[in-house]
Amino acid sequence: MTGRIELPDLQRLLDQGAQLVEVLPEQEYAEEHLPDAINIPLKRLDADAAAQLDRSRPVIVYCWDGL
Amino acid sequence: MSPRAACRLEALGFEAVYDYVPGKVDWLAHGLVTEGEKAGELRAGDIVRDDVVRAGLHERMGDVRGRVEASPYGFAFVVSDAGCLLGRLRKAALQGAHDATAEDVMEPGPATIRFDTPLRSLVERLRARDLQTAVVTTPEGTLIGVVARDEAESALAG
Repeated sequence: MTGRIELPDLQRLLDQGAQLVEVLPEQEYAEEHLPDAINIPLKRLDADAAAQLDRSRPVIVYCWDGL
Repeated sequence: MSPRAACRLEALGFEAVYDYVPGKVDWLAHGLVTEGEKAGELRAGDIVRDDVVRAGLHERMGDVRGRVEASPYGFAFVVSDAGCLLGRLRKAALQGAHDATAEDVMEPGPATIRFDTPLRSLVERLRARDLQTAVVTTPEGTLIGVVARDEAESALAG
């Protein structure tokens, strides 16, 4: 089940080694993104794209405002 | 968008998936570091000043007035015990009855901006409304300080 988190938990999980994924389109990622986030746009999120993620570590996804 | 991405990752077999629902807008509004082409853009958080006078709801104008006179500003802000912005005390209110409380004379709900407001658009808005300062708070409403228009203009002029 997905955990919905806010900023304090985000920072705690990142400190513990979680992976951060921005799911916005490539151009928006290029303009500005959170430190060390990788970009996997939602429209391209499939098994191949997800293969770059480490399954043994938590994954945090984010977009602009959760909508 | 991120809730669907989280669902998709779970469907792909990922077990520890979290959704930072407030998203990039929340991160930016807290003034946190970013990367990318626009990461170096001048924003309100780069020049915000936190030396504004803060007053409690029940403080009397006679007590607040002296602090304001010793500050670079002609106004003060009313905040809760936790620092949440509740109102503004304009010069006229400060010069009123000595025994009036901040709650009695404050202007509630002043307009605010966030750390990540771009300075260029902020200056345009302040000029259009003939305002000299903008009030900066966190997304939760905690008062950070003010951005002065002349300082924003100087920063943009480089």
